Amino acid sequence: MKISRDEIRHVALLARLALDPAEEEAMTATLDAILTYMEKLGALDTSAVEPTAHMLELPAAWREDRVTNVSDTDALLANAPARDGDFFRVPKIIE
Amino acid sequence: MTAAFDQPTITDAARRLRAGELSATELTRAALARAAARAADLHAFITVAEEAALRDAAASDARLRAGKPAGALEGIPIAIKDVIATAGIRTTAGSRILADFVPPYDATVTARLRAAGAVIVGKTNCDEFAMGSSNENSAFGPARNPWDVTRVPGGSSGGSAVAVAASLALGSLGTDTGGSIRLPASYCGVVGMKPTYGRVSRYGVIAYASSLDQVGPFARDVTDCALLLGVLAGHDARDSTSVERAVPDYGDALAGGAKGLRIAIPGEYFVEGMEPDVERAVQSAVETLGGLGAQIGSVSLPHTEYAVSAYYVVATAEASSNLARYDGVRYGSRVDGDGTLLEMYRRTRAAGFGDEVKRRIMLGTYALSAGYYDAYYLKAQRVRTLILNDFARVFQDADVIVTPTAPTTAFRLGEKVADPLQMYLSDIFTISVNLAGLPAISLPCGIDAAGLPIGLQIIGPPFGEELVLRAARAYEAATDWHTRRPPAPGGSR
Amino acid sequence: MSAGDRFEPVIGLEVHAELLTASKIFCGCSASFGAPPNQHTCPVCLGMPGVLPVLNRRVVEFAIRAGLAIRCAIAPRSRWARKNYFYPDLAKGYQISQYELPICVGGHLDIVVDGVAKRVRLTRIHMEEDTGKNIHDAHGSESLVDFNRCGVPLLEIVSEPDLASPAEAGAYLRTLRTLVRYLEICDGNMEEGSFRCDANVSVRARGTTALGVKVEVKNMNSFRAVEKAIAYEIARHARVLEEGGTIVQETRLWDADREETRPMRSKESAHDYRYFPDPDLPPLVVSEALVAEVRRAMPELPDARRTRFVAALKLPEYDAEVLTSRRDLADYFEAVVAAHPNAKAVSNWVMGDVLRLLKERKLDDALTITDWPVAAAHLGELIALIDEGAISGKIAKTVFEEMGTSGGTPRAIVAARGLTQVSDEGPIVAAIDQVLAAHPDKVAEFRAGKDKLLGFFVGQVMKATAGKANPPLVNRLLTEKLRGE
Repeated sequence: MKISRDEIRHVALLARLALDPAEEEAMTATLDAILTYMEKLGALDTSAVEPTAHMLELPAAWREDRVTNVSDTDALLANAPARDGDFFRVPKIIE
Repeated sequence: MTAAFDQPTITDAARRLRAGELSATELTRAALARAAARAADLHAFITVAEEAALRDAAASDARLRAGKPAGALEGIPIAIKDVIATAGIRTTAGSRILADFVPPYDATVTARLRAAGAVIVGKTNCDEFAMGSSNENSAFGPARNPWDVTRVPGGSSGGSAVAVAASLALGSLGTDTGGSIRLPASYCGVVGMKPTYGRVSRYGVIAYASSLDQVGPFARDVTDCALLLGVLAGHDARDSTSVERAVPDYGDALAGGAKGLRIAIPGEYFVEGMEPDVERAVQSAVETLGGLGAQIGSVSLPHTEYAVSAYYVVATAEASSNLARYDGVRYGSRVDGDGTLLEMYRRTRAAGFGDEVKRRIMLGTYALSAGYYDAYYLKAQRVRTLILNDFARVFQDADVIVTPTAPTTAFRLGEKVADPLQMYLSDIFTISVNLAGLPAISLPCGIDAAGLPIGLQIIGPPFGEELVLRAARAYEAATDWHTRRPPAPGGSR
Repeated sequence: MSAGDRFEPVIGLEVHAELLTASKIFCGCSASFGAPPNQHTCPVCLGMPGVLPVLNRRVVEFAIRAGLAIRCAIAPRSRWARKNYFYPDLAKGYQISQYELPICVGGHLDIVVDGVAKRVRLTRIHMEEDTGKNIHDAHGSESLVDFNRCGVPLLEIVSEPDLASPAEAGAYLRTLRTLVRYLEICDGNMEEGSFRCDANVSVRARGTTALGVKVEVKNMNSFRAVEKAIAYEIARHARVLEEGGTIVQETRLWDADREETRPMRSKESAHDYRYFPDPDLPPLVVSEALVAEVRRAMPELPDARRTRFVAALKLPEYDAEVLTSRRDLADYFEAVVAAHPNAKAVSNWVMGDVLRLLKERKLDDALTITDWPVAAAHLGELIALIDEGAISGKIAKTVFEEMGTSGGTPRAIVAARGLTQVSDEGPIVAAIDQVLAAHPDKVAEFRAGKDKLLGFFVGQVMKATAGKANPPLVNRLLTEKLRGE
């Protein structure tokens, strides 16, 4: 086994996905098959190879420090599932 | 209605619109009527923007009558994949979690289409968050292949390919992260192109895997494809990964012909388990190109077999982060659960995402998590370097690489749903191109024994779109596969 | 031997400094404080689908400025990373930060505690975006989220665990705040949260070198709170260890009302941030030309300014030290000197009456001197009036008070209230005659040798002239009259 049921539970918590027991079981089996297929990556010697995180060597892409946005709070909150005036509303946060 | 009126190319329609032989409103009404007629069997659209389209068409007509067309696409009905933001038009990404999301902004490519005068007829069906190879992962139900409605159109940009193949629009936009334009183009018998990473802005394109995603066109033929690419391409100050590099006139590239082109054929792309008809069609296409004066040579891309693994690590890792924003706070659907914040997150995301999206979020989260980062994510990035180097080596002595787009033609709905890994392997010929950020096109090069289209893939070096289009047009001009149309509605084979 | 003697604290600080840019780090929204909820937001800082970040150049310049001042190595190539976690005030579900390759590495800050200098090493400085704000309703079952602050640029400045006491931590923080203000990159306001500090605290037995288990302490919004929270933690660690217990690695919150720390209640503490390079932002390449450009535009730092005050303005070391301890104070001092170039007199006024007035008005933290109650030009004019002999030092104090209240110019106040010093002999002699006539007994005593009565007569004359008489003149004329008759 490349991945255990417990690891699946842990990863599901990190990803904030509620999985019922049947989904957990199916997820474990599928990810195990995929990770087993991916084992071939381990066979490749890449010790002398630099990782590629970005496709292109790009010059600095930056903007000047200017306020360019006109606030349009109503339009931006229009898709909110729950709001309170101009605030977004969420279940109580416990610190 | 004549066939020519019904199914013009963009180039053809643009000429007739300017000559006053045709109005944008007529053209748009015809497209909308076909979309409505084929809604049930093809399901190419998630949202048809009829009202807005007719309004845009009327505005186009006014500009055309005044002799002041806005741009190259004035009055042309275009469909847009539903992962691309359209201000005021619902944009779902094929997901329940965004089922009611109406963005207050346009993607840069949407704005570019509008500025060129295009009429946006609607938002096309796709795999949820562009994750899939068959369009069966759409939360709104799959689109179907117009050549055989029992088969998939390919994914993830299935609806966009179907819309062009069945003339529900004259052109369309898709996104390609691992083959999501080229595979459906191949399965649906149309032309689809993925530009070089950085050539087209990603701003407003709902991200799947940010280092791989790229927007590109679907069209009836290579000429239309070049025209659309010219509208889409160019630097965008809102996308830091878009490149400041002049956009050539892609139309000019078309006339170059195949003579003198150095074409490389990689052995690794002719594998066991390939459909014999596909192999024959591609070999025949290579011979055609050779006959037109291209120099054909065999090459090796030795790390090809690692591409699918590397891709599914890199893409899912990025996706796991990109999809964290769907948390029920600022937009999208939400399920409150037991009233705690944690449960709100878990229930919202469990209810909002489909199985494949969950699978990829899980895989990507795992690949980035403590203890696995080096073995998976970093390893995959190193393999990515090897794949990049493979291509760079080949392009030292070749102008383009020619391969099949996919090992088979369109498979049946449901055939691979139960086996995600088999589904992933549909993309084995397209995925390396994304890992290396290269431009590539798929164009029709045959019909198999089942009557399904076969796709030819032409890959270019970075920013070698002109070479790709030149080779593609040379092949297309010498053959008539691009003129084949799917059977009439209701047909299946 | 007490626990405090047996254990040695090891403290490192992480400071988050909100940068004084006009716009946010990755979008064109205003970065200013205090707008109505969600006014300073857009699709980018709200993390809407498909949007992308574009870096604000000034943020990079400010980071380099801080790095140069702290003598860090400026990385020619650094990288943006995503820090992944879920929280309602974090729009995208990840924070764009820097991880493996930050923009500034190393460096040091020199601090002074009880007259003893100490060099504190820095680990790194990196750039990142701030989060929004969650508003917790103490009673309700829900919280509210405001994203105005989401995307405001931050520098995270991380020290090595070189600090050995709450006092050192406080001195380090004050020195750092003075510096960021000098650099004009942060207003350093702890109460409003634009200068925030988390402390990593551990203890170890004296004479050992291995680090103990460290606890992260958050939620301190003043220098005092930082010092108290660290002192509390040190004592707690020592007590737990004395009793044979073990310290749990955790994050604790400072409760300012109860003056204690407590563990965070949320289950969020088990974090796995899954950092990886942000594919939306190319690696940040900082050219030597850019570093040189920032160096050229570097504001004068406290040390240089102190030296200049002594050398060019001939101020005593002490004055220079006090005046440069605050950027705003030094700026104000220089503005007054520009109006009236008597540096020592100006220094006396600024260190005395001006500081007292600021303290009374609770303006200790006001950054810009334009907000101060007495304009620098006005104070210069006031000191000029004294130097010209137009008013006495005593009258000047009265005028200063009124300037602070009314905002009027000293000349106008002096004129309106008729406070101009009287230096004509005529009216003074008249006043003297009047005083002497009113106190024949005292005059007799003086003449009998009681010299110290001169002060009494001067006071009476000043009183009779409403303080306007020129004191040296009063002295001379009085002496002549008393001795002469």
